[in-house]
Amino acid sequence: MDLVTPAIGLVFWTVLIFLILLVLLKVFAWKPILNAVNERNESIQEALAAADRAKEEMIKLQADNELVLKEARIERDKILKEARDLKDKTIAEAKVQAKLEAEILITSAKNAIQNEKRAAINQIKNEVATLSVLIAEKILDKELGNKADQKTLIEDMLNKTNIN
Amino acid sequence: MKKLYLFISVLFFSLTVYSTEEIVSNEETHDKSDNEAAFDPTPMIMHHVNDSHNWHLFDLTDKESGKVHPVSIPLPVILIYNGHLDIFLSSKFHHGETSVKKEDREYVLYHDKIYAIEETGFQLNEEHHPTNPKPWDFSITKNVTALLLSAFLLLAVFIPMARKYKKGTLVPSGLQGFLEPIVLFIKEDIAEPNIGKHNYQKFLPYLLTAFFFIWFNNMLGLIPFFPGGANLTGNIAVTMTLAFFTLILTSMNGSKTYWGHVFTPPVPKWLWIIMIPVELIGVLSKPFALMIRLFANITAGHIIVLSLVSLIFIFKTVWISPASIILVLFMDVLELLVALLQAYIFTLLSALFIGLAVQEHH
Repeated sequence: MDLVTPAIGLVFWTVLIFLILLVLLKVFAWKPILNAVNERNESIQEALAAADRAKEEMIKLQADNELVLKEARIERDKILKEARDLKDKTIAEAKVQAKLEAEILITSAKNAIQNEKRAAINQIKNEVATLSVLIAEKILDKELGNKADQKTLIEDMLNKTNIN
Repeated sequence: MKKLYLFISVLFFSLTVYSTEEIVSNEETHDKSDNEAAFDPTPMIMHHVNDSHNWHLFDLTDKESGKVHPVSIPLPVILIYNGHLDIFLSSKFHHGETSVKKEDREYVLYHDKIYAIEETGFQLNEEHHPTNPKPWDFSITKNVTALLLSAFLLLAVFIPMARKYKKGTLVPSGLQGFLEPIVLFIKEDIAEPNIGKHNYQKFLPYLLTAFFFIWFNNMLGLIPFFPGGANLTGNIAVTMTLAFFTLILTSMNGSKTYWGHVFTPPVPKWLWIIMIPVELIGVLSKPFALMIRLFANITAGHIIVLSLVSLIFIFKTVWISPASIILVLFMDVLELLVALLQAYIFTLLSALFIGLAVQEHH
């Protein structure tokens, strides 16, 4: 029966030691441990929330980037288009200008050619006249040596020249 | 799942109580002056399972006389008798061979119990029980010493563990990493669901202390030599005290609904005369079951291990020892599981009972 009879001394010491142990562990062990674990849980939760926020931020940033890129692309296209237009315009203008210049040049060249031609013709005319006179002088010298020839020539000439 | 668990543990507990009672009753039928050759394991087992005034280490056999001297650590004896306080070391009893005199008071140690000797001397009745008065015995017995050692061990484990957190290292390491999940398990899986989110914080220190106190002492009890081996959590006084704490916590924190259910049960008033005692028995039977369950499980484990070791001496052959060793090894491993399981069950049921008392409405 000893086995199932609680001894008063052991009950007394158990109560005393267990209560002291309870208080000491509560103050020096359970409270710091549970507080630290709670704090850690909170910090983990915060970190997770922060990570989520960062993710959202990143998604937003990415969207922003996309928008900026899109805008940039549009801008680029616009600028390129403008540049192309400008180029085309410049080329067209240059073409017109060149044509004009060329025309002016051609015209002036034509004029110069004309003038030269005229001058040449005049010169040739003068030369031809001088030569003709010379030739005529020679021919006359030779032809008009005899009287018969002279007469025939004049007659011929008169025949050819229609006198009304 | 929980109900199944409970059922199994109750079954286990009822079996073990049966076996202990059998051994206890055997003890009385055996005569000590029986044939010296036959080894009787019962007194040895009972001596190991019960509390003692010495911490027995080993026996020395005197080569010349062939006498056996027990070698043990003497422990302080603290007695209150007739209004006097007497303190002396248990070695003064010389293992019960001599009495100790203090002024006009004389004490004797008989079967690890201290009796006072009056004018009539030391007398035994027909059942070989002393008729002498017992003084109030507040001695630092083997179990009290084990209790102190385990308390220091618990403080030495958990206070440095708490310090580690204060240093700011949030990642648990070493023993901290092993014990932290257990602490959190008690918090999140025992206290919180059973007591309720709003109230459990208050009871958590008690549940944690009870769990680790029972678990550590269960395991220390399995170590067969000093400083282990004391059957502390298998002592009815200790389990009674622990169960009493749970009873006090449930009663002090009982809600109106809880006490209303006990003293004004929802039955016709003429039935109250039956129902109120039944409800009161219900209040008391819960901690009573806690007390018996822990006591019976741990004591039964000790008795089985010691019985298996005794086989060698009963059969008087060393050839039985392999069987003994294998069986004891198996039992020790099982007891390690039981040590944790019983600590868990005690804590879980304490939380459950507190939870039932604290609840405001059903």
